[in-house]
Amino acid sequence: MAPIDSDDNRTAGEGEEPRAGRRKAARYVVPVAVMGVAAATIGLVPALADSGDPDLPKVTAEQLIEKIAKSDVQQLSGTVRINTDLGLPDLGGLESGLMSGMSGGPGSGGDGEGSAADPSAKLTALVSGSHTLRVAADGPDRQKLSLMENAAEYSLIHNGKDVWGYDSQSNEVYHSTAPDGAERPEKDVPATPKDFAEEALKSVDDTTSVTVGGTAQVAGRDAYRLVVEPKQDGSTVGAITVAVDAETGTPLKFTLTPASGGAAVVDVGFTKVSFAKPDASTFDFTPPAGAKVTEADESGAAAKAPEHGREAEGDLAKEMDGLEVIGEGWNSIATFDTGARGGLPTGAEGGDLGDLGGLGGFLGSFGDQVKGDFGSGTVFKTRLVNALITDDGKVYAGAVTKDALVKAADAAK
Amino acid sequence: MSRAEVRGEPAEETPAEETPAEETPVVVPAVVPAVVPGAGQGSAPGPGAARSPSALWTLGLFRSELLITFRRWRTLALLAVLAAVPVLVGIAVKIETSDGSPAGGGGGEGPAFISQISNNGLFLVFTALAATLPFFLPMAIGVVAGDAIAGESSAGTLRYLLVAPAGRSRLLLTKYATVIAFCLAATLVVAVSALAVGALLFPVGDLTTISGTRITYTEGLARALLIALVVAASLVGVAALGLFVSTLTGSGIAAMATTVGLLITVQILDQIPQLDALQPYFFSHYWLSFADLMREPVYWDDLVKNLGLQALYAAVFGSAAWARFTTKDVTA
Repeated sequence: MAPIDSDDNRTAGEGEEPRAGRRKAARYVVPVAVMGVAAATIGLVPALADSGDPDLPKVTAEQLIEKIAKSDVQQLSGTVRINTDLGLPDLGGLESGLMSGMSGGPGSGGDGEGSAADPSAKLTALVSGSHTLRVAADGPDRQKLSLMENAAEYSLIHNGKDVWGYDSQSNEVYHSTAPDGAERPEKDVPATPKDFAEEALKSVDDTTSVTVGGTAQVAGRDAYRLVVEPKQDGSTVGAITVAVDAETGTPLKFTLTPASGGAAVVDVGFTKVSFAKPDASTFDFTPPAGAKVTEADESGAAAKAPEHGREAEGDLAKEMDGLEVIGEGWNSIATFDTGARGGLPTGAEGGDLGDLGGLGGFLGSFGDQVKGDFGSGTVFKTRLVNALITDDGKVYAGAVTKDALVKAADAAK
Repeated sequence: MSRAEVRGEPAEETPAEETPAEETPVVVPAVVPAVVPGAGQGSAPGPGAARSPSALWTLGLFRSELLITFRRWRTLALLAVLAAVPVLVGIAVKIETSDGSPAGGGGGEGPAFISQISNNGLFLVFTALAATLPFFLPMAIGVVAGDAIAGESSAGTLRYLLVAPAGRSRLLLTKYATVIAFCLAATLVVAVSALAVGALLFPVGDLTTISGTRITYTEGLARALLIALVVAASLVGVAALGLFVSTLTGSGIAAMATTVGLLITVQILDQIPQLDALQPYFFSHYWLSFADLMREPVYWDDLVKNLGLQALYAAVFGSAAWARFTTKDVTA
């Protein structure tokens, strides 16, 4: 049976088979070309859009820090991308189990406790992985912070006296009232580059070098790069870079790179930012029909929920009697005595490491055994914070290297 | 109605060559399309005169393709299954929440938006689309797209289609347009069925976006329509892929199975964390971004990525299907 030639190939007569074959092959150039153009666009457009660092007048580090301090941006809205890579193993379910334990307490299985919309539980999720946040602020009384999730969102809205937490996935609402002119509700959890920058600049002293490291483009705005580096050896912090908006002095991007190199441990930056007044309706919130509302200061059980996290920390701190700080600046090492002889609970008899007791044996598998004048112990490493737990129950922790921890333990003997 | 009768429709509009008798396997001469008006050259009276019947002709072809597709029992069954999904979800949620407990166990489990349905029936539209988009909808598209060319080929009707003065490129374009029309119809069937079930079983009224702001029911309906359109557009990539597969084989069943198989493979690969460098290029990767339309303000980043990706798939596999179909030997 003879084939029907394509209408577009009718010129290819018999005896012109090779030409026809070439013409046929030529058609496949089209999809290949489309793919090539797409690949080139994906590869080149970011490179072209990166039009180099902007040309800005020179400033000194002091002027820049002053600019941040004087910055008085009241109205702002934008999208923030947070990447944290502490080098912790991906604990998955364990992590969330810990978190629910922190916020809901042991009885969180029961109804009425541990609202899914409770801010302390939700925002703790920011410490690992990548997240996209939206922030909006209009003066000191109205702020909104939304944590974007898959087809859901967790919003924390501060409007005048009310602080609302709304978890759209479970349709639960958390409500508390803030005194007039209260601080930002999310104050205890840094989320925006500004929060991080303020924390970093608090620690500036003579152990720190602060320089202006050129300029950069962040979220389409011209910015100066402020580079904060520890002068001492032994710190695990390589450098902290803060991109400061040249016009308003608002920190736009915060990057913490470890001394060991590699990807940033913390990278928080605006991907979009606008200094226009956000729409007033952004801050309006009425609990949707049928939503479960948890009041922060009603009914005993519910009132406890938000405090639980801090309470648990408090318990832990109480047990860590005599928390001391050795060293200064970047090399500060926090030390305390857990009072648990036998040190790290490696087995079922476990030490008295507070809530972490049950985790001891599990955690032990992540640690490195070390020996020194102090005796022996286990060092737990992350990319930023290292901790040494000696066999006689002392804990040394700080953003310093393993050697510095051992040295500190030796000196304390 | 037999297939040949349906195929007769466009031929009546433009008198063309006699369709060869069905029983005789006549080899159609290669010169046939050259004398046909609408091919743009040859013995057409003039460019202007040739154009207007050709546009009509394309419309006629499109109309007849649409009729054939939507009159098939297979298509109707697919649409009926799609329409049943919101009914099932709605009844399940109604039963589960009849004692006042929140849907989805209150822990945020299940498809997106499911916890909101019992408070506002409009959310059933979003839940139903979120539940059908990963599998039911693309599977239905895969069946229709895979059948588009290969089905004609295995039924032995492709060559008669090519005898009609359309040209292969235009036939392919018409087939693709029909598949796209089916994407839209399938999505709207799910959305309308969900809207009706939601309004029947649950209260309706102002709704809260996932960002916590309130919008009116009318605006909610507008967003639901927009979401349905975005979902339909999300299927354009699968449709092009299915059409390309359909040009590769002469068996309709093989083309459908391959398309649905590819769909499942890609969905599985999209779940493997080690492949996260590749995943942004999978056609299904940004499918659920339609939920971003329920944020306030709307978060466009992923939506734009999704639409761009679908356009890219349509361009690449559409042109590959064209390259294959216009050069292949049609023997059946």
